[in-house]
Amino acid sequence: MSLLAVEDLVVRHGLLQAVRGVSLTIERGETLALVGANGAGKTTLLRAIAGAHQPAAGRVLLSGADLTSVPSHKRVGMGIALVPEGRKLFVQMTVEENLLLGKTTGRPGDWSVDKVLEMFPNLKPRRHAKTGHLSGGEQQATAIGRALMSNPDVLLLDEVSLGLSPLIVDRVYAALQGLIASGTTIILVEQDLNRALAVSDRVICMLEGRVALEGPSKQVSREDVTKAYFGLHRKSPGSVPA
Amino acid sequence: MSAVSTSPVIERGTATSRIAAIAVAVIIALLAIAPQFLSAGAVDRMTALFVYVILAAMWNALAGFGGLVSVGQQVFFGLGAYFAIRLADAGLNPFLALFASGIIVGAVSWPLSLFMLRLRNGEFAIGMWVIAALTHLLVNLDRLVQGETGTSLISLNAYDAGARRAAIYWLALASMTALLAILFGLLRGSTGAAIRAIRDNEDAAASVGVRVTGTKRLLFVLAAFGIGIAGALWLATSITFQPKTYFNVQWTAYMIFMVLVGGIGTFEGAILGALVFFLIETWFGGTGVWYLVGLGATAVLFSLFLPRGLWGTIEERFGLRLLPVGYRVRFPAATDGDGMLSPQQATPYREKA
Amino acid sequence: MSNQIIQGILLGGYYALIACGLSFMFSVMRIINLAHGSLAVFAAFALWWLASRFHISPLVGLLIVLPLMAATGWALQRFLLERSARGGALLPILTTFGLAIVIDNLLFEQFGADTRSLAPYIGSLSYDSWEWPGSIYVGKLAVIMFASAVILLGGLQLFLTHTRLGRSIRATSEDPDTAGLVGVDARRANAIAAAIAMVTVGLAGAFLGMRATFDPYAGAPQLLFAFEAAVIGGAGSLWGTLIGGIVLALAQTLGAQVHPQGFLIGGHVAFLIVLFIRLSTSGLGLRGLLRLPTRKPT
Repeated sequence: MSLLAVEDLVVRHGLLQAVRGVSLTIERGETLALVGANGAGKTTLLRAIAGAHQPAAGRVLLSGADLTSVPSHKRVGMGIALVPEGRKLFVQMTVEENLLLGKTTGRPGDWSVDKVLEMFPNLKPRRHAKTGHLSGGEQQATAIGRALMSNPDVLLLDEVSLGLSPLIVDRVYAALQGLIASGTTIILVEQDLNRALAVSDRVICMLEGRVALEGPSKQVSREDVTKAYFGLHRKSPGSVPA
Repeated sequence: MSAVSTSPVIERGTATSRIAAIAVAVIIALLAIAPQFLSAGAVDRMTALFVYVILAAMWNALAGFGGLVSVGQQVFFGLGAYFAIRLADAGLNPFLALFASGIIVGAVSWPLSLFMLRLRNGEFAIGMWVIAALTHLLVNLDRLVQGETGTSLISLNAYDAGARRAAIYWLALASMTALLAILFGLLRGSTGAAIRAIRDNEDAAASVGVRVTGTKRLLFVLAAFGIGIAGALWLATSITFQPKTYFNVQWTAYMIFMVLVGGIGTFEGAILGALVFFLIETWFGGTGVWYLVGLGATAVLFSLFLPRGLWGTIEERFGLRLLPVGYRVRFPAATDGDGMLSPQQATPYREKA
Repeated sequence: MSNQIIQGILLGGYYALIACGLSFMFSVMRIINLAHGSLAVFAAFALWWLASRFHISPLVGLLIVLPLMAATGWALQRFLLERSARGGALLPILTTFGLAIVIDNLLFEQFGADTRSLAPYIGSLSYDSWEWPGSIYVGKLAVIMFASAVILLGGLQLFLTHTRLGRSIRATSEDPDTAGLVGVDARRANAIAAAIAMVTVGLAGAFLGMRATFDPYAGAPQLLFAFEAAVIGGAGSLWGTLIGGIVLALAQTLGAQVHPQGFLIGGHVAFLIVLFIRLSTSGLGLRGLLRLPTRKPT
């Protein structure tokens, strides 16, 4: 059984259908990259998996259990954690407080404030600083750390490199490599195609709310993805291999 | 999405609304000659109804269209009565004093608006209440008013009771008609588009260049003027002025009740709400405290379960508009086969600013 | 004169007590509860009823009334405010205003128009005083009231910064959607915050009853005092509330010196002056006034 499965998911924002019948699965330990143009529905899909959007149709399954009507805070307790786009830190609270919030559900595991600070040494001196005063890279590290504190089975990362300098992005990705090596299951939304292909096992390209292309990252060519990205190459939806 | 071939139809009035316009004219004409046929008590009650309609329409203009919920509107009601007393005491004809008082209240509200309109939502609501409480205390200091003892509009007693009753009735009817016409004209005119844009989304309206503060100020001053007139009319019917009665928050409670029940943000809703309130008061007003409990409870229930009020709900269900203040766009029932416009999204009647 | 200043500062403790629940609810749920004062008066009547009917001292009565207020707060949030807040920022004002009318008139129906006081049920505490150097007499009750305010505000501050639940409430107040995404049950956090706020309201109601008289319609002025103290102090900080309460009380004391009816006028005028100064310097509306961060758009 797949760790996480999404079946025919439809999510609407008012009149707009952001996600139109997406199905995907991810196995334990796998890293899946979601790519696609702006407005392709990647962020909405990720947020729907985390429970921030209620789908109009379709299901989200975790180890076979239907999560569709489970509120977001309970999904964290079941092992799904999202690092949201724009980081969404609690800016009035300190780094440590933000990290401790990740522990709210009390899900067992070995992540702790100290372990996060070890992973992101640049946060160490900022432990008691309000996150509103941090640099972009420090904020991103805090956001990832906060998600890790809930000891997730599946980590959802939304545009973690957005707005950061290349140097800082390298650091963030180095930290992610460590997570991947330790067997954490990851779904990652990334605008940078090269990074997405380099870090992932499998890639899904979305176009206008649908899956336009899916395949192993090593076998898919950059050209294929670029075509799918702009809708030149379109796989009929629903032909996703199980 | 693929192009929708049939373009939407834009219209202003409807057949129903044209019939309604004629009906309004007939009703006003009938009301104007009504005192000939009504008993003295009935004339007084009808005068009260007109005052309620003014109060509801003015509070609705502020809250329903300007997005400014105030729980201190009794300040203008009280000031309307107070200035009328003061002007009449200074020797002005009492009937003229009623109208002049409304203008002074409107003028006073202007500088107040510069200050208060910078508050938002709950802060504005309760800030207005503080203003009302302070104004009440200051009016009490006036020797003419003699604190809570109050005073009377004595000069009005010079007129014959019957003629006075009819004159006040006509003044109230004329004030109501004029204020509703001003509001209707504002909502249909170019300001109306701005008002509806603010009602729907204030920040978005500001970002496309709608003069948010100016428009709100206009509504604030209009509401103050109208409620001031209502306070002066109320004084004319009851003669005595006790600050505690006029500056009572219960006036605002009535306004809120009428607008919530009738339908906040709809022109017709406020009038319907005033009618409903008038009937409830006529039937249950004698039950005293339970009547007030009922009013409060009804307001709570409407805010929770029927926030669009009676008229808003009717309008939504049946697409009915009697006095159209906006435009409406009729979407031809069509989908692009792509699922972008599902049937429930293509509501046949949807008012657009 | 210094005697009156001391009395004013101690009275500020009461205003801080009544204001802290209002500003706490505002900073967490962004709702101004217009039934706030009426609920305080409700608590005072509950204590009075227990004392006059069952001879339960108000201090013991608090053991019954405070849990009752907590339950009231929870229910208020779950059944009224949560639903009402979904309809936008304006609807809760109308809902809570309607609720205030219901509470006031039900109290009137039940207890009549007579003014009541809890003073007869607390023995000598209502009039005992300590002599301070300089032959200044301070009422024991006023000192207890002030100390309670300090303890309550300090306790609340510690709770919010040092407990998991406190952090959850702060996270919810900053961004309820993101709080959900890190595992915080925002509905529960809000309901607990409302329960805590109502406990402080219950305490304020008890002191209102002990230090003065109250009647079924006494809720409205209490709401205005609470609002004024909260705004003067800046709802962002709990200690600001204490300062706000003291400033309000001192302004009232000064007003009473100027004119026999100047007590309330002094308070209102001080409030408006503070408001005016802050509005003309901040330009941010009241969110800036209360020194609250703008909630991130969701």
